Amino acid sequence: MKRYRAILLVLVVLFAIAGMSAQDWIRTGTGLGVEKVRLAVPDFKQVTADTGTQNLSAVFNVTLWNDLQSAGIFDMVSKSFYPLSVPGAPQEVHLSDWGSPPPSASMLAFGNLGVQGGSLNVQGWLYDTKNPQSPQVLGKQYREQANDANARLIAHRFADEIILRLGGGIAGVAETKLYFVSKRSGSKEIWQMDYDGADQKQLTHMGSIALSPHVSPDGTRVAYSGVTKEGWQILMYSLELGRPVNFQHFGGDNYSPAWSSDGQTIAFSSSRSGNTEIYSVSSAGGSARRLTESKGPDVSPTWNPKTNTQIAWVSGRTGLPQIYTMASDGTNVVRVTDQGYAVSPSWSPNGQFLAFAWIRHYGPGAPGASDIYIMDVASKQWAQLTHEEGRNDFPSWSPDGRHIVFQSSRTGRVQIYSMLADGSEVRQLTTAGENTQPNWSFK
Amino acid sequence: MKLTRSQWIRIIVALAMVLAVSACGKKKVAPAPPPPPPPAPAPTASLTANPNTIQAGQASTLTWRTDYATDVTIDQLGKVDPSGSRAVTPAESTTYHLVAKNDSGTQEATARITVTAAAPPPPQQASNDSDAQLFSTNMKDVFYDYDSYDISAQYQQVLQADARFLQQHPGMKFTIEGHCDERGSTEYNLALGDNRANAAKQALAQLGISSDRVRTISYGKEKPFCTESNESCWQQNRRAHFVYQK
Repeated sequence: MKRYRAILLVLVVLFAIAGMSAQDWIRTGTGLGVEKVRLAVPDFKQVTADTGTQNLSAVFNVTLWNDLQSAGIFDMVSKSFYPLSVPGAPQEVHLSDWGSPPPSASMLAFGNLGVQGGSLNVQGWLYDTKNPQSPQVLGKQYREQANDANARLIAHRFADEIILRLGGGIAGVAETKLYFVSKRSGSKEIWQMDYDGADQKQLTHMGSIALSPHVSPDGTRVAYSGVTKEGWQILMYSLELGRPVNFQHFGGDNYSPAWSSDGQTIAFSSSRSGNTEIYSVSSAGGSARRLTESKGPDVSPTWNPKTNTQIAWVSGRTGLPQIYTMASDGTNVVRVTDQGYAVSPSWSPNGQFLAFAWIRHYGPGAPGASDIYIMDVASKQWAQLTHEEGRNDFPSWSPDGRHIVFQSSRTGRVQIYSMLADGSEVRQLTTAGENTQPNWSFK
Repeated sequence: MKLTRSQWIRIIVALAMVLAVSACGKKKVAPAPPPPPPPAPAPTASLTANPNTIQAGQASTLTWRTDYATDVTIDQLGKVDPSGSRAVTPAESTTYHLVAKNDSGTQEATARITVTAAAPPPPQQASNDSDAQLFSTNMKDVFYDYDSYDISAQYQQVLQADARFLQQHPGMKFTIEGHCDERGSTEYNLALGDNRANAAKQALAQLGISSDRVRTISYGKEKPFCTESNESCWQQNRRAHFVYQK
């Protein structure tokens, strides 16, 4: 009897360990596994009292909080636990109030904000509550023209400084951009927005169909595919000039462009030979090199951004679409997914993971939803990040490797969402019209 | 006050009648159902076209507005936002029909655009117009199975008839559009649409139709022929569609 109980106990423990480890490898690989820092961020003290300052202050405080909350590495101390007196400068800080209960924060971000002569002036500090002798980790000063966009910009910059200091040396993403497709103007066009959904603006005005935006690593051009008089072509929008610029035209239909992380090469799908295959071309234009050779659709390439020597893509060569990897010269083809309907791969910045959309159980009698999964490329271990809420597709990794942006039809009309790479902290970013195919900038 | 006997009798009879009536009432009426929740107001809808008379080839703008609707469709456009506008270029006089629905009811609205004939085309244009007519009457599209670009025996026969027509009109050029149903992913469907268009083009080549006459393009699931979520509509969209080029 004792032996059976012992065996049972061992099994229970093993089970518990197995359950935990499913998510652990994700957290370790994405830097989300670090113990979260307890961070207190009181509203910044206003040094001028007019309505203008109040409005900008509100924008600043909300943006700073959201940037830090969504970074995935902080345990944000609720404002209801804060001491009543809010410090605006180092001499006003009583560190022990912040480091002990109720806040029990290990880090404190505080500062002041005011408007003078049309300029928004912000001073911000980051203090270590456990180091009263020399608490300052960070001290920053900002001055920009006083308007909402700059209130957000300063908050994003300060948040990124904090994240860089406390997030294991990985830069924050508060100043990054998302490029996406929106149909809200009546036709599908390429749009841009901040990583948190602010400042959504239309880039292209083709009046036909524009899809699959992918911004260049240096942030100067957005490659996309659009219907022109010569069928689908890889097109370029210059962010610096604010208009489309020329790029190579190819025969047949050409779509799903993807940049190597050094900005040198673009991989794309083309039907110029009759059947869709993956090609690569210099980002300066030139002759295209064919990489795949098989019947069936081949589309949606993504580069391993760590090495630029591998490409993952979608192929229907055996029937339903599956994800494969190959060397960037087309050799060494390896099948990655083994079942269902797998599309839209995106390779993580550290080269370790593929995020993709998967209907794992496919076919009549086994109705499955399209969900976002991530897979460790080396071990083929995978985890499901979304759970059967609508159809989820087109995941794209953030440059910090901790976030994924994707599209979902969970509220009826398809919209763009972001989440942490472990599936938590899902946020809806768009609401107007139909929005799809988000692409996270490289920096 | 003291009641007389007849007054007592009247009171008792009245009471008895009341009891009888209410008892009857009670017997007749089933237990009252729970009161329904207050209904949302029924939707309102309006649809206008401006201008409402155009020449063939010109555009008009449809503008619509609805309130309280959870589902709004315009027959010719499919599902639309509750309020909005869209430019349309109908080839012939068309009555656009809008349906706005919610749980409380449905409201419809229509707008008619009258298309008057353009100025008479010069002679060679006239023959092109009739060529276009001939083409769309005689050329039958090819339909495909799910996730497939194989041409079934049934559609091999359709293509044979298409090829015979094309051989009789050697001057005709055309485009083959590849389409997919709504269920797959956007990029994969573009590629699959290309495979479908190409399969039809190859089949026609084998039936003697020169590829010089044929362009192909894929629209994936971007330009559906219908928007319902059922197999009958999905089948309508899995196709290679032939379009006459002047």
